[in-house]
Amino acid sequence: MTDKNRLGKVYLFIVFVVLYAPIFYLMYYSFNSGGNMHGFEGFTLEWYSEVFHDTRLIIIVINTLVIALLSSAIATIIGIVGALAIDRIRRKRVKNTILSLNNVLIVSPDVIIGASFLILFTIAGIRLGFASVLLSHIAFSVPIAVLMILPRLQEMSPTLVDAARDLGASRRDVLMKVILPFISPAILSGFFMALTYSLDDFAVTFFVTGSGYSTLSVEIYSRARAGVSLSINALSTLIFLLTVILVVGYYLVSRSSMRNRKKERAAELGVPE
Amino acid sequence: MSRSSRGLYLIPYYLWMVLFVALPVVLVAYYSLFDIEGHFTLSNYASFFTPVYMRMTLSSFWYALLITLFSLLVAYPAAYALTRTKHKQLWLLLIILPTWINLLLKAYAFIGIFGTYGPVNSLFKAIGLGEHQILFNDFSFVFVSVYIFIPFMIMPIFNALEDINPTLIAASRDLGASSFVTLRRVIFPLTLSGVRSGCMAVFIPALSLFMLTRLIAGNKVITLGTAIEQHFLVTQDWGMGSTVAVFLILIMAVLMPVLGGGREVRK
Repeated sequence: MTDKNRLGKVYLFIVFVVLYAPIFYLMYYSFNSGGNMHGFEGFTLEWYSEVFHDTRLIIIVINTLVIALLSSAIATIIGIVGALAIDRIRRKRVKNTILSLNNVLIVSPDVIIGASFLILFTIAGIRLGFASVLLSHIAFSVPIAVLMILPRLQEMSPTLVDAARDLGASRRDVLMKVILPFISPAILSGFFMALTYSLDDFAVTFFVTGSGYSTLSVEIYSRARAGVSLSINALSTLIFLLTVILVVGYYLVSRSSMRNRKKERAAELGVPE
Repeated sequence: MSRSSRGLYLIPYYLWMVLFVALPVVLVAYYSLFDIEGHFTLSNYASFFTPVYMRMTLSSFWYALLITLFSLLVAYPAAYALTRTKHKQLWLLLIILPTWINLLLKAYAFIGIFGTYGPVNSLFKAIGLGEHQILFNDFSFVFVSVYIFIPFMIMPIFNALEDINPTLIAASRDLGASSFVTLRRVIFPLTLSGVRSGCMAVFIPALSLFMLTRLIAGNKVITLGTAIEQHFLVTQDWGMGSTVAVFLILIMAVLMPVLGGGREVRK
């Protein structure tokens, strides 16, 4: 048995090595003064200073962040509304239909979403650029937010709302003071999820960025096609560090919400802590 | 609050659904009926049934299938080993972490790793296998795709494994089943739902990996995703691109109930 456990650990170790190899490979060569991704010649921070002096690149990073934050915020709001809407539906068939429609954008291949949005924006006369990218990111983040929020909403005991109503709360008060606080951990994880999808998206964005506008993934794509440049390595190292910070933040948030949920469950069952 | 204003706040969601879910599908279907000059025609559908597109469809699904299969083969033991570790959640997080790194950066790293002077070739040379062209062929395409999708396969399988009631395994062992039989007859069937949603999470995006076919496969692998991108952004033949998209949607609609992915998401 211990033998088998060790085998599993060795296997996991190999998987981890392969998973992280490309990332550390990029980081390692970001310090290479040789200017290529083979043969490390000497340590330099030249590529980092190049990144920080590349105004175009900095603007693109800002664009990417603005799009991600704005689209996730708006998508989360629409997602809350959507989850409330779906939760209200009593008839099972209608509910399932709406849920399937909700999931269409999650299960469609990215190219189809990109292509169909390109047609949509062209017909609607929306200029390709900031507006089209923002709209499409909102569009594909909404179902994710809904899927994160809905289970939490369904977990909520209806007696809570009844009690609030009995105590004379208006519909608005029920929403603002009872429902929203209860689902707030789910709202937060929905927002984070939308944020990751937005930051990571390439295929959809590639279709709807016209010529003047660019986000990070589109820019990396065009630079990678042009050939190796170590400033991409430097940039990816910076992104990796930022990501680690974000992930740790997300982990802490989700862990504390999980702990809260456990406490609530224990309280519901009357288990003393 | 009056009765009529009650549903008012629901409008943004339903508006989103009409504008960004229903309308795009209708538009794609509509555009598939026009040729490159804007004349109404069914010729796009006729040309889809020529050997060129048929072969592309087949190879597209073949690659997606290969990628899904290899991801599953790598991910299942990994997910299983994960459930046996201490601090599972932390290790799982470390598996998920690479997915937060932009896909294109990882693809870009592989250009260096698999390149002529990259570490893999140096290793080959060191053990006397000689230099090889690893980049720009179907091997590198499948390898990098599997690399990218593995975390998405591990997650649902890990969750399914965690959901198994341990007494079932203990019972199986008590009844004299070997650990292999337990794995095959008890554990694997109980994790099928996770396997299925993992396969969905890999198979569908695998159909639209046009950036990898360009960066890693050097345009030697052409999938339906590549074809759609080519028609929309390079040749500007939106009609033909839409036709390919329509078929991709149709095939997906047929496959979805078979794979039963929708149910997992709904749960």
